[in-house]
Amino acid sequence: MASSIIQRIGAATSFDTNNNYFHRRSFSGRQSSFVVVRSDGANITTRLKPNGGRTHHLVTNAVATKPHTSAASKPGHEILLFDALREGLEEEMDRDPRVCIMGEDVGHYGGSYKVTKGLAPKYGDLRVLDTPIAENAFTGMGIGAAMTGLRPIIEGMNMGFLLLAFNQISNNCGMLHYTSGGQFKIPVVIRGPGGVGRQLGAEHSQRLESYFQSIPGIQMVACSTPYNAKGLMKAAIRSDNPVILFEHVLLYNLKETIPDEEYVLNLEEAEMVRPGQHVTILTYSRMRYHVMQAAKTLVNKGYDPEVIDIRSLKPFDLHTIGNSVKKTHRVLIVEECMRTGGIGASLTAAINENFHDYLDAPIVCLSSQDVPTPYAGTLEEWTVVQPPQIVAAVEQLCQ
Amino acid sequence: MAASYLSKSNKIIINNIKLSKFYMFRSLNHTSSVTDSVFSRRLIHSTTPPPLLNHAGIETGTFYRGFESVSGGRRSHTATSFSEEIDQLPVEAPLQQELNFPGGKVKFTPKRMFTPGSNEERTNCYRVLNENGELIVDNDSFKMSKELAVRMYTDMVTLQVMDTIFYEAQRQGRISFYLTTIGEEAINIASAAALKNIDFVFPQYREPGVLLWRGFTLQEFANQLFGNKYDQGKGRQMPIHYGSKKLNYITVSSTVATQIPQAVGAAYSMKMEKKDSCAITYFGDGGSSTGDFHAGLNFAAVMEAPVIFFCRNNGWAISTPISDQLRGDGVVVRGKAYGIPSIRVDGNDALAIYSAVYEARKMAIEKQTPVLIEALTYRAGHHSTSDDSTKYRPADEIEWWRDDQSPVKRFKKWIESNGWWSDQVEMEHRSSIRKQLSQAIQAAERVEKPPVADMFNDVYDVPPKNLNEQQDLLTKHIKKHAQEYPSNVAV
Repeated sequence: MASSIIQRIGAATSFDTNNNYFHRRSFSGRQSSFVVVRSDGANITTRLKPNGGRTHHLVTNAVATKPHTSAASKPGHEILLFDALREGLEEEMDRDPRVCIMGEDVGHYGGSYKVTKGLAPKYGDLRVLDTPIAENAFTGMGIGAAMTGLRPIIEGMNMGFLLLAFNQISNNCGMLHYTSGGQFKIPVVIRGPGGVGRQLGAEHSQRLESYFQSIPGIQMVACSTPYNAKGLMKAAIRSDNPVILFEHVLLYNLKETIPDEEYVLNLEEAEMVRPGQHVTILTYSRMRYHVMQAAKTLVNKGYDPEVIDIRSLKPFDLHTIGNSVKKTHRVLIVEECMRTGGIGASLTAAINENFHDYLDAPIVCLSSQDVPTPYAGTLEEWTVVQPPQIVAAVEQLCQ
Repeated sequence: MAASYLSKSNKIIINNIKLSKFYMFRSLNHTSSVTDSVFSRRLIHSTTPPPLLNHAGIETGTFYRGFESVSGGRRSHTATSFSEEIDQLPVEAPLQQELNFPGGKVKFTPKRMFTPGSNEERTNCYRVLNENGELIVDNDSFKMSKELAVRMYTDMVTLQVMDTIFYEAQRQGRISFYLTTIGEEAINIASAAALKNIDFVFPQYREPGVLLWRGFTLQEFANQLFGNKYDQGKGRQMPIHYGSKKLNYITVSSTVATQIPQAVGAAYSMKMEKKDSCAITYFGDGGSSTGDFHAGLNFAAVMEAPVIFFCRNNGWAISTPISDQLRGDGVVVRGKAYGIPSIRVDGNDALAIYSAVYEARKMAIEKQTPVLIEALTYRAGHHSTSDDSTKYRPADEIEWWRDDQSPVKRFKKWIESNGWWSDQVEMEHRSSIRKQLSQAIQAAERVEKPPVADMFNDVYDVPPKNLNEQQDLLTKHIKKHAQEYPSNVAV
């Protein structure tokens, strides 16, 4: 291990000096290459160049936490993921009267996955607004309302339906703050269930994060546990940027104990799920659970994978990811997006560009095939990356 | 349905819609055959909320409750009403019969009649001044102060001169693009005059007159056209994409009609905060074909949002004439389809537009309803500087509209007839504006462009790391290869 450290440091000094940003990072990285970065902001500020607000954001929004699987100091309460989202919504709506919700069937029906259940009777039909079926229109409505002072949360009944709203999201939501010269801000949250479910058919199994990731001006986050769902929901609502929060259809009934006290997570931060030494596995949303399942098998086989839930899909938390890569030198990306143009594709490019010299092997990316999701249960299962594939990939990578 | 429920609270309306939405779904497979009493029992229900359903049905979120209560028991208070109707269904049914369908009572008719797609006569157009600038109505029924009239006319002239000079500037290569409002000066100025500055404007792109009325200076217009560092938009948008938060005018976005649902959203936020203001959005006949238009109007009606939909029907969508854009009697008839009060107005008559918008605003705010105004006019200029409309329409047609129907000329005749204006004053005003404009253009041309560093701001509230990196890279590159890049742009 020690020899490889020396090799690494030696390699660092011979970098091409034109790659200035790379150079800067390598210095900062070297000082702390073996410190595990947890999902708290405390460690990060010492290393990042104080180049303005973003670092301050990291400090003020992040909460110094221990991995929440260990016993909390105070007893929390057990909650299902959809309820955690609802709790986050409710707390924010209590806190700020400008927060409102709009979408199909969000009002008295309580939302297609019960995320907005009980909110309409509490806040009224105007603040939790049922809209007719026109995603482009109610997304546009949300943008207009945001420009005139409200903080709307726009729900797509299924993320796939938001394809109809692409024009508004790309051309207006993402751009108007910029093209108006900073005069108008668009603090919307666009959220909804996406991903491959259980036999919902191709049109209802979309991974919109691939399509939206290029839009300048928006932020994207994906939640995966009740804890981070609530925290990210609150952070997204408080952010002045348009944020797209990706939930997953199959994760709504996950149960977890979350703290009673208020907490807000950092939108741009990744989450360390399982620290390790041999390989960095980057994943998000539902695939996190497939990875953890594979991790069990891997541990039995003697491997020590480091699992990171990247959470922030745009921008990537290259700091956490970079530190991990510098430690393990091997990267496996496990995603649900299609192979072409997915989050994994972008992440592969970003890691290759920034951490090329730290890699001992090419990055492996496991994604869904470039096919529409079939309806038949067996076929559907095979379009999604399964734990045995992850185990096999790690074994191959660590040869 | 909307009209009859305007006086009721939102909650009831939403409940109704929820119920009726459900009932529509459920009754899909049934025909409305009144002779079959079993069927009719199922279908007969009331759209006024049965008190029992209010809490029970909503809390559990199970909709079949409502259905069962009608078909199963007599809990619903419509029990008495429907049993009456059952009794009234003999084999030879009298002509006057009605049924409480989801959405309201509907009368039946044995006459199989298709409503024609369009009527013989088109919807009438509201006009107050004729081509000679004479009031058609009684002088007393239409009053406008000299001050307001003169201010309106002055701004119409300013707009006209501004358009001419900026258009020429584009032709000379000083700015890259421009689009004129020739022929629609009355629409711009008169509608702006009838509103208040707190009313939010969601423009398409042919409404700079609204900004002008509210106080945007000629210099500010020029700065945006040149994209210099004083531009409110920081040089990020094409020419004519003005925007001003101060004047409550949303930055123009090139996408057609996307501003329509946004205006509904703004109206919704005003409704929520109970503001004494409305939103207004402008679009053309072309924009009225888009999906956003239909959904936006529908939403506004359902939500009872205080928004004015102003359609500038100028007969042309670039090269597409109105006959290729739509069938049916223009845009005004669509309002009725959505349950929105609408009016057709002579777009070249400043007084009619003023009066219509003034009243529309009052209606929108007091009654919390959207309003649709269709102003018929003609796009007397080309679509933009990238267009030569003589390619697709006859030059004499353009000339006739531009000269004979000119809204500016017409209004001028009226104010002159009142003794409020003269040719001398006109000449002075025009030459003063021309001078101001040429000064503004020269000044704007000389001001430097925004710095490269500004390119990365405002994408987000605070620039994220990746953008800072990209900015860094670009800055270093430019500094290293300074001779390849313009020297008068700051880095």
